[in-house]
Amino acid sequence: MQSYNLTHLQELEAEAIYILREVASQFENPALLFSGGKDSIIVAHMARKAFWPGKIPFPLVHVDTGHNFPETIEFRDRFVENIGANLIIGSVQQSIDEGKAIEEKGYNASRNALQTVTLLDTIEEHRFDCAMGGARRDEEKARAKERFFSHRDDFGQWDPKNQRPELWNIFNGKKHMGEHFRVFPISNWTEMDVWQYILHEKIEIPSIYLAHERDVFVRDGVVMSTCDFIEQRDTEQTTRMQVRFRTIGDATCTGAVESNADTIEKIIEEVAAARTTERGTRSDDKRSEAAMEDRKKQGYF
Amino acid sequence: MESKSYLDMELLRFSTAGSVDDGKSTLIGRMLYDSKSIFQDQYDAIEASSKKKGETSVNLALLTDGLRSEREQGITIDVAYRYFATPKRKFIIADTPGHIQYTRNMVTGASTSNLSIILIDARKGIIEQTYRHTFIASLLGIPHVVFCINKMDLVEYSEETFESIKKDTEAFVSKLGIKDINFIPISALNGDNVVNKSVNMDWYQGGTLLYLLENIHIGSDHNHVDCRFPVQYVIRPQSDEFHDYRGYAGRIAGGVFKPGDKVTALPSGFSSTIKSIDTMAGPVEEAFAPMSVTLTLEDEIDISRGDMIVRENNQPNITQDVDLMVCWLNEKPLQLRGKYAIKHTSNDVRCVVKEIKYKVDINTLHRLEDDKEIKMNDIGRISVRTTKPLFTDEYKRNRATGSLIIIDEATNETVGAGMIL
Repeated sequence: MQSYNLTHLQELEAEAIYILREVASQFENPALLFSGGKDSIIVAHMARKAFWPGKIPFPLVHVDTGHNFPETIEFRDRFVENIGANLIIGSVQQSIDEGKAIEEKGYNASRNALQTVTLLDTIEEHRFDCAMGGARRDEEKARAKERFFSHRDDFGQWDPKNQRPELWNIFNGKKHMGEHFRVFPISNWTEMDVWQYILHEKIEIPSIYLAHERDVFVRDGVVMSTCDFIEQRDTEQTTRMQVRFRTIGDATCTGAVESNADTIEKIIEEVAAARTTERGTRSDDKRSEAAMEDRKKQGYF
Repeated sequence: MESKSYLDMELLRFSTAGSVDDGKSTLIGRMLYDSKSIFQDQYDAIEASSKKKGETSVNLALLTDGLRSEREQGITIDVAYRYFATPKRKFIIADTPGHIQYTRNMVTGASTSNLSIILIDARKGIIEQTYRHTFIASLLGIPHVVFCINKMDLVEYSEETFESIKKDTEAFVSKLGIKDINFIPISALNGDNVVNKSVNMDWYQGGTLLYLLENIHIGSDHNHVDCRFPVQYVIRPQSDEFHDYRGYAGRIAGGVFKPGDKVTALPSGFSSTIKSIDTMAGPVEEAFAPMSVTLTLEDEIDISRGDMIVRENNQPNITQDVDLMVCWLNEKPLQLRGKYAIKHTSNDVRCVVKEIKYKVDINTLHRLEDDKEIKMNDIGRISVRTTKPLFTDEYKRNRATGSLIIIDEATNETVGAGMIL
């Protein structure tokens, strides 16, 4: 008898497409959170696949801290234009100007945590009942217990002790007025799966994922890019290094790694040999042992 | 990893169940550690936590602790998912706490697994929880079960002990109808037969646990016989290029579909022929579970979400009266004559609970005909009447079309997991 087997990437893709279609069916006004990072890029790529030859039936939403790597924004705009999607931008700067969020001060100031305010405001303003994101369970221990369909109360909060059980492939998106869901179609993917998929599908990604020369300085063991948004101490000397980024977040809290990986194949080799997790370059997670858990409870993605 | 080898890798989902002292967390930690799936920063973090708690060695079990409340109490409350890969397979571990109060978590973890690892302490042999874990694995239709006889180092690696536990286990498992059963003597603490072959048990000729996980045949775990396509979403681009395109998007729940197949749409009963099976990368010649595809048909017939496309000569049960085994997941007990919402494949219906037939004592597997109150973590047999027909198969024959969830209409919470008989 012929055997019917899928590879692990085909099976993960089939699962993600299934979830994207469930979201389009179960919610009236969903949106896909799109940062221009690799994880949200592959979710958007699979959203195209899920509804082809139709268009993606929901907008992409970027929660913009204003502290971006310019390469990311340039990529974002081109990507959105190419796939003919609708882009909505939620601005952290605007939240600050309106007094809804207060800018952190000091050397480690970051707008990362402020994104929660802007995100919840954007969800409310556009009446989104579901926000999809590219978070993965392998990223962080609080995310290891996240559901595919994650229920949020009318304050956007996550209650880890009161999550709905999720069985088989049956997802319960029922909710009361004012509540919404966060949905994570690539929950079961690892960093390696994402890169293998990008290679296999020949998906374009922002150039800063690939090794390049850059002005950097070292803070608390993390290589940071020099930029207008970060105050450097006198001891933090700028040097030029061959680096790449393993994750792309707010420029104030995303570190680079020294690397010569200038192709996707080389990145895969590098990831296979890596001895630290990709979030090891994120200073937002280093604030405490439960930093992610605490932010998620308040409504972070 | 070779740059192209990933194109041949398969995915295996397995669950582990166990209680506090049986070494489950150590086993998972050992697998991650010996397969080089732990990163230095993760290792450093648990090393620091171990020291802070005054432990003398690095506690690998801390790797599987997630939430702060769990770390504070030193217990696992919820299902945690772990990932690792070898050049042959990618693995998803559903790590579930095994205490009786957490039956609902075990059921959740087991619902998506191809394989279940059940740990038995070599000093104790079969205990109450062994019955419970094995029963849940059989109830959830997990095709492969691996009994790991752990702590062999504490019984001097005795073959006699291993064989005796194996014989006892086989005796009760034979009644449960699990397709594939395996036994491996291990020491999770020292690593014997987990990733590396033990030098202490020459008498054991079988493979290590990781060898088994990498090589066990999982190709026939999905149903490839009965064609079932629950329609999830209808794609109608109405663009110039695809003006009259009407595609039925969904994930194949069983069987193999090919262009040219004669099919019937349920519930309407209208027949047509598959015109194409589309993906963005181009049409495909065949599609099987669990692929996500889009079907187009030769004839314009009215089909929407919740309908099912099947082969004319092989149809599911079309019924409003459903008998099922249910695992209750909520603090509020199951109400006889209560009304609930049901989700089954892509279908939403309502139901009323007509009868509670019996409850199962999950430690002895006895039927309790006199105790019919089904509370959280209980398993029982019930029958329900639905407002609209469901298109069902026996859970044993097809996990996708044989499963459903029960939802409380007031709170919207998922309160029950049902397996159709």
